Amino acid sequence: MAAVQDGPMELDTEKETKPEILSDGTSKLSGNAASGTLSSSPLTAGGAPKQEDQQTLIAVLQFLRRNKLSESVEILRREAGLEDQEDSQTLDGSGGGKGDRDGGEANSLLSRVSITSAAAPQSTLTPITVKRANEQLDVSVVLSAYSQQGDPSLYQVYYSGLKNFIESVLDCHRAELSQLFYPLFVHMYLELVYNNHENEAKAFFEKFGGDQECYYQDDLRVLCGLTKKEHLKGNEVLLDFRTSRFVLRISRDSYQLLKRHLQERHNNQIWNIIQEHLYIDIFDGMPRSKSQIDSMSGSFAGEARREVNKVKVFHGLLKEPEIEVPLDDEEDEAENEEGKPKKKKTKKDSMGSKSKKQDPNAPQQNRIPLPELKDSDKLDKIMYMKESTKRIRLGPENLPSICFYSFLNAYQGLTAVDFTDDSSLLAGGFADSTVRIWSVTPKKLRKVKSAGELNLIDKESDDVLERIMDEKTASESKILCGHSGPVYSVSFSPDRNYLLSSSEDGTVRLWSLQTFTCLVGYKGHNYPVWDTHFSPFGYYFVSGGHDRVARLWATDHYQPLRIFAGHLADVTCTRFHPNSNYVATGSTDRTIRLWDVLNGNCVRIFTGHKGPVHSLAFSPNGKFLASGSTDGRVLLWDIGHGLMIGELKGHTDTIYALKFSRDGEILASGSMDNTVRLWDSTKAFDDVETDDFTAATGHIHLPDNSQELLLGTYHSKSTPVTHLHFTRRNLLLAAGGYSSQ
Amino acid sequence: MAEERRQKLCSVILPTESMKAMAESVGVGSLQEDSCLALSEEVSYRIKEIAQDALKFMHHGKRRKLTTGDIDHALKLKNVEPLYGFQSQEFIPFRFASGGGRELHFYEEKEVDLSDIINTPLPRVPLDVSLKAHWLSIDGVQPAIPENPPPVPKEQQKTDSTEPLKAVKPGQEEEGSIQTKGQGASSAEVKGKEKMRMKPRSTHELSVEQQLYYKEITEACVGSCEAKRAVCVCNKCYLFLFQVRVNVVQNNLALLIYLMRMVKALMDNPTLYLEKYLHELIPAVVTCIVSKQLCLRPDVDNHWALRDFAARLMAQSCKTFSTTTNNIQSRITKTFTKALLDDKTQWTTRYGCIAGLAELGHDVIKTLIIPRLSVEGARIKAVMDGPVVSNIDKIGADHVQSLLLKHCASVVAKTRPLPDMVDQYKVDYGYLGTMLCSHVVKARAQAAFQAQTVNRTTLTITQPRPTLSVSQSGLSTSSGSRAPSIIKVPSSLTLMSTRPGTPTQPSPPATKYIVMATSAGAASTQQVITLSSSQSGSPVTSTVPSTPTSLQPLVKLESGNTGAVSGSRPLQKYIVVSLPSSSSSLENKSSSVLPSSTSPISMESAVKLERSESPAANTQSH
Repeated sequence: MAAVQDGPMELDTEKETKPEILSDGTSKLSGNAASGTLSSSPLTAGGAPKQEDQQTLIAVLQFLRRNKLSESVEILRREAGLEDQEDSQTLDGSGGGKGDRDGGEANSLLSRVSITSAAAPQSTLTPITVKRANEQLDVSVVLSAYSQQGDPSLYQVYYSGLKNFIESVLDCHRAELSQLFYPLFVHMYLELVYNNHENEAKAFFEKFGGDQECYYQDDLRVLCGLTKKEHLKGNEVLLDFRTSRFVLRISRDSYQLLKRHLQERHNNQIWNIIQEHLYIDIFDGMPRSKSQIDSMSGSFAGEARREVNKVKVFHGLLKEPEIEVPLDDEEDEAENEEGKPKKKKTKKDSMGSKSKKQDPNAPQQNRIPLPELKDSDKLDKIMYMKESTKRIRLGPENLPSICFYSFLNAYQGLTAVDFTDDSSLLAGGFADSTVRIWSVTPKKLRKVKSAGELNLIDKESDDVLERIMDEKTASESKILCGHSGPVYSVSFSPDRNYLLSSSEDGTVRLWSLQTFTCLVGYKGHNYPVWDTHFSPFGYYFVSGGHDRVARLWATDHYQPLRIFAGHLADVTCTRFHPNSNYVATGSTDRTIRLWDVLNGNCVRIFTGHKGPVHSLAFSPNGKFLASGSTDGRVLLWDIGHGLMIGELKGHTDTIYALKFSRDGEILASGSMDNTVRLWDSTKAFDDVETDDFTAATGHIHLPDNSQELLLGTYHSKSTPVTHLHFTRRNLLLAAGGYSSQ
Repeated sequence: MAEERRQKLCSVILPTESMKAMAESVGVGSLQEDSCLALSEEVSYRIKEIAQDALKFMHHGKRRKLTTGDIDHALKLKNVEPLYGFQSQEFIPFRFASGGGRELHFYEEKEVDLSDIINTPLPRVPLDVSLKAHWLSIDGVQPAIPENPPPVPKEQQKTDSTEPLKAVKPGQEEEGSIQTKGQGASSAEVKGKEKMRMKPRSTHELSVEQQLYYKEITEACVGSCEAKRAVCVCNKCYLFLFQVRVNVVQNNLALLIYLMRMVKALMDNPTLYLEKYLHELIPAVVTCIVSKQLCLRPDVDNHWALRDFAARLMAQSCKTFSTTTNNIQSRITKTFTKALLDDKTQWTTRYGCIAGLAELGHDVIKTLIIPRLSVEGARIKAVMDGPVVSNIDKIGADHVQSLLLKHCASVVAKTRPLPDMVDQYKVDYGYLGTMLCSHVVKARAQAAFQAQTVNRTTLTITQPRPTLSVSQSGLSTSSGSRAPSIIKVPSSLTLMSTRPGTPTQPSPPATKYIVMATSAGAASTQQVITLSSSQSGSPVTSTVPSTPTSLQPLVKLESGNTGAVSGSRPLQKYIVVSLPSSSSSLENKSSSVLPSSTSPISMESAVKLERSESPAANTQSH
């Protein structure tokens, strides 16, 4: 087990002496820091702090209290930063807060809660308030918001009236106001359905369903099946649509125009819907163009609110630990024949530049407690350094070679692939519940001997590590059986000792690559777990599944440390940021969220995909994120500014694999359409001009330069590309299952 | 479009009848109409919901096909017990029955004999998953290795050919150079061909490189090395025409047969975009149909078979490639008709023209051939009854006659109203009227007969694909038919033409015995008799000069006098062609030798097999 050492991380040469602003703010965490890990009790933290969240919290508290779970009540209250006395102004950090500012924010937040509850009778936690909060959770009550009666036959008139108005306004406003169509359409339809006007609903759908943007097709398909009030109850998708307000971003001018129109016409039906179900984010300035809107829309619940993406994200890399001098000699010995002086120089340069500069955007070294480097890890680091000196510098003129690993006779059962960082092992997850591991180097896979045999070994000998291996078990591949459903993802630990696999059976399993047995089954997701990914430093891992949450785990805790809740549909893919402080998740709700591992907050919401997001990749410098979805597009995001900065079009089917080259110059994407494509990521990142205005508003004008950025397309022979991996020397490895038909 | 589809989606609801049927199946007798309606709506909604969930599993399983497993998992999500044991060999396992005013779909459960199951050998264990690495790209360039797809995908080929302004590829240049050597024959299709044939051989002098290239390609195509063959497929098109020319000049029938089979293979290859090379291929094929002479000894060699095969090939290409812009079919038809109308056309060419036209379908026969029947009949009569001319002419006329009868009978049988009066036929069709009439009567009878019972007289060996199915199979109606009959006698024509084309059936590649009986007689009797008569006659066997390749088809031509057959022409031919399996097959290359004793035996067995008409016939016959 990758045990985490007690106490804060100590580095050999340099000791961080900076004041810990963050842990000051987080009393709870610093308390836990004694154990060196993150708090092990789950913390549910939504996206932006919202009033509803608070109400939900109160409701949960009430529920726990009713069920005599006083201990949980205490924990939850402490974690959520809710005092017994709600009006008390003293806060000891809300859920590990985001610094001083956060405290203030949380304060205002709480006061808002108390204001709402003040609307009810005086005492803050009176049954009435609780009832209200409870109701908020209750499905039927959520839907009852639709119960307001209007004349069902007039709905079409209302809608077409608005349509005519929007079509008649000036061009610059039309695009913005057109955003209203889809949410209004859905809500009006649902209102009709809820009030049992089935025929009117159908007619309404038929009349206006075709007007909606093509990227809402999938949702409309779900919607059109719904024709009865009873259907609404079971359908989570639409429940979400109701509970989470659809966010629209509209310029002030356009909004005024709309408001005036609706007031003139006394069009209360639509005005009510806008008031109740939509969230209109008004900004000052030029209205956006159609293409600008189109690039950002498409998500399940509209665009991200602007303030959500304002939180500071420490996207810099952690400092590389210094490696001791004697190891240098070792390397020189190994490299004896080749030009010594040159090697030394380059190595020193690269090391020096890395260790001396402190990235201003980097998080504190011990913001997240990380496992201490073991000797073997250090050896591996040295290997890494050595390899990276031989790394090929890639660029538009210097494309990588691609080695393709085809899985034959997989009968379409290959669902997931992963390579170890040093590219020595390959793991495949299969639909028949097995995980298979191959050694792609001549070195065969061996098990550790059994306990009885291990006793006989001379523990003092030098090659004890060699002796513990059982030569009889050497083989090129091993099968791991344990799951009871298709395996949807596999992930190697960075030290190559463990493998994670997630499956349809709702578990994540940790396998030992020494004994080739299952060590732990992490149960928490009760539904299929679509993806899991190890932290780049090991020890932590993240998983996401059909239950719409992503969970952060530590290998030595059987319960999750954090629960990242907020996505409105399945979490389809999860990735750790290279500095391990953040987790990115992609979802079927067509958004990407970035979560802070420290406090579980959602710090970024990226919208713009028009289909479920199936792959994510961080650039090696941690600044950028690439995401691929079923719509065949790759989108590039600037994490620091929270902006979309690029769109790479070319694939014709779902993109299941994305990877940046080791230096980040090339982005490789692999897709269901049997191609591997290479993109010039340096150019993509450089081309974007981020002036203050775009940074402030988030309104980016995307250059349409996919064709210029596309460096190469490589077709495989009816083999969808499921995984891509750059070796340490920048050779690209691709893998996929050959489907013969 | 999208809107329409969505609306359709929206309105799709299970019929209430199925609700009733399901209710009955679980023992609920009478279900109210209202409840049925409510149920069907609810069930439809739930099914859609489950399908949407199942799609998720498909996406995560990284597949394009939804499987039953996905639906199981989706059911599991909803806490519904998954379905157990659905498995079906067919897409729709239901059978339909009606009676007593009720319609019923039921699942046919066959009785299975346990001992059969026990005694059948175990199926092969599926292979284990294995890993194979190859280079997809080396420094940004994709190497041309078998593991990678062909460098130019079909779509690309299409855009290349539809946008000729794009950069000329090296292959095209090469093609051009060859064409100039060949006197640009593609422009004037048939004429060019014939002109060329007239030219002395010296005009075909090739550069050393071209000769080498030609040799290489030929060796690879006709030779035994399959790997080489695969590689050179791309180059084939360029050289194809060229080869045909050379071979026509050399009168190498065997090689021409091979080349035609190659065209067939090219056409069947779904990855090739042949449109680009049609101007190369079509002249070559047409040459093989109408050329005056295709072999060294036209009196004995069966070049007729080649013509028939090429004609069928032509029909196939017309069907697949003819568009409003290139208008292949009408151009080809024009060419044939022109040659047919020409009085000076030789019998061989005439035969080719008729065959080519006949393969194009019933309509063509009706409009172009039947009106010509009397003229052709007169011509045949002149040869047959006239002073003894060369044997070649006689044979040619003989073939033309049987061909005409064969193709026309079926059409006439369909179009002409009853009754079939010999006199009337004679008036309408002249010399051929009498024979045609008997053929038509026979065709009608057989069509009726076949409708009732299993036909015992036809001999058909179902073949996986019309390799060089030298036989005149019923392709006149459906040129896409993949089950040509081998032994064909005019009397069975209608039968064959009414048979729907069966799709290609995968069968183990093996030697095929193609047995063809062409009766020159007017009214041939039952085939079985014909067969026995062939045994009685002392066969003269001649083999086509063999080329030094192992895949050389062995063409045996047996001819004997069959006095038993009634009719004016005593000449009958039985051609037994032993062909190795189609060029795509990799195995069984060596088994091309036809055991001399097999011909009657295999025919016998074929007779039996035909009755069962099972696709397994092929596997059992060897």
